[in-house]
Amino acid sequence: MNKQQKEEYLRGYGVMKSQGKPFFPYAIAKDSAMACIVMVVIILMAVFLGAELGPKADPTTTTYTPRPEWYFFFLFELLRIIKPPALVPLATIGIPTICMILLFLLPFYDRGPERRPERRPIATTAGIFTIAAMGYLTYLGATAAPPTTIDVPVPKNVTAQGAAAVATYKAGQQVVAQSGCGACHRFGEAGNAGPGPELTKVGARLPAAAIQRTLLNPTAPMPSFAGLQQTSPQQFNDMVMFLSSLR
Amino acid sequence: MAKIKVPAPPVPDQLKPKPKRPGKTYGPQTPVEHGAEAGASTVGWIDERTSLSGGARWMMFRKVPKGTNWFYTLGSATMFAFLSQAVTGVFLAMYYDPAPKGAYESIRHINDDVFLGELVHGMHKWGSSVMVVLIFLHMGRTFFFGAYKYPRELNWVIGVVLLILTMTMSFTGYLLPFDQRSYWASIVGVNINGTGPLVGPYLNDFLRAGPYFGATTLSRFYSIHMLLVPGAIAALMGFHLYLVARLGTTAPPWLKPKTAEALREEEVAA
Repeated sequence: MNKQQKEEYLRGYGVMKSQGKPFFPYAIAKDSAMACIVMVVIILMAVFLGAELGPKADPTTTTYTPRPEWYFFFLFELLRIIKPPALVPLATIGIPTICMILLFLLPFYDRGPERRPERRPIATTAGIFTIAAMGYLTYLGATAAPPTTIDVPVPKNVTAQGAAAVATYKAGQQVVAQSGCGACHRFGEAGNAGPGPELTKVGARLPAAAIQRTLLNPTAPMPSFAGLQQTSPQQFNDMVMFLSSLR
Repeated sequence: MAKIKVPAPPVPDQLKPKPKRPGKTYGPQTPVEHGAEAGASTVGWIDERTSLSGGARWMMFRKVPKGTNWFYTLGSATMFAFLSQAVTGVFLAMYYDPAPKGAYESIRHINDDVFLGELVHGMHKWGSSVMVVLIFLHMGRTFFFGAYKYPRELNWVIGVVLLILTMTMSFTGYLLPFDQRSYWASIVGVNINGTGPLVGPYLNDFLRAGPYFGATTLSRFYSIHMLLVPGAIAALMGFHLYLVARLGTTAPPWLKPKTAEALREEEVAA
């Protein structure tokens, strides 16, 4: 907007404002009605949806589902869509930061004098696209069930080692399933494909010691299992055993 | 319509207002007169010392352009949702215990024992969703109506800061019930923060109050949630509102100013 356009806008706005109605009581009445609607909606939601409390937080054993509040689903989904590990920082920080900067600077790069949405095709299209993308990601996040059951058939090399090895394998599988690894990792048919790497054949790629190291000292955003190792080393060892026998 | 004459109530002579004598000072004289003027004189007393009435008049009696519709109530509705969060939050804070050992039990206690506790807890929980929805609708209205353009650019920037602060509120508040869901979601959330370039790991250590999720993490989240961010939101909201009043509410973009003859004369006269 150049100086002339600015002055033109201010003049036109001044005229429209002087022809308008006083804030009190006209605008205040609408605002108050809206406030009443908001209050009623909040109370109805509180009454009918309640404030359920899950089981108490337990840093050691876990049947946890790391799900954020619904309005963070779009960020969470972004993480799952972008799979290559090298690009994970892009999904976690890169894209949100770029979007935030674009949002901040909007009035500085969109300086045209036009305000009608139908005469700003680029801005309106971009806005609708952003809303649609966020809505779609939120929908994906809402429908994706974080799996807590994993059923990978016992590999041959484990059955060959006898019943004790099979029992350890089953125990480890349960710990892995209850720890919610499937929220980010894929195990055969179970689990989500990303943001973590697929673990169906992780034992072929990594030795047990490396798997243990990763569990204790993971790459963010994966939580560390050092707490589990301290409180119940048996479960932790089962977990390592299960993962390393996945070939 | 004929004027109906209302009969005067039978007031004792002593209470009847006496006509002013010429040369006497004006203003209330008897205690009854003082009593009748109490409201006005209190406001006058305060205004004499603060001069607030000018600001109040400027705020309340400013004109709003024609055609402002229900879309223009979304901003004040967001503010109202924030006020509701503040009030319910104060009541929750009376019972909440921000220690890892007692947090979950104190929320249980609020839900199960405290009078209307579950309702207030539910209002706070769902109020956050309502506030986020309203803030996005308000932002959408501002975006599609081009209301962020000259001269309101700064108010848009403040609005984006308010959006981020609101998201921070919901992120830090999510941990407070300290159940499985909130605990693990917060761990993953903090770890996501940590992948950020340069400041990520430091921000992480700050949020967790150390390299691990520990006993002080919860109280840190609590203090951010109930002191730091709400204070910032309230201050910025005040500034946001000041700028709205200062620059005026936008008119819907499809309306064009119609210049009336009388108005032109008014402008010339001014």
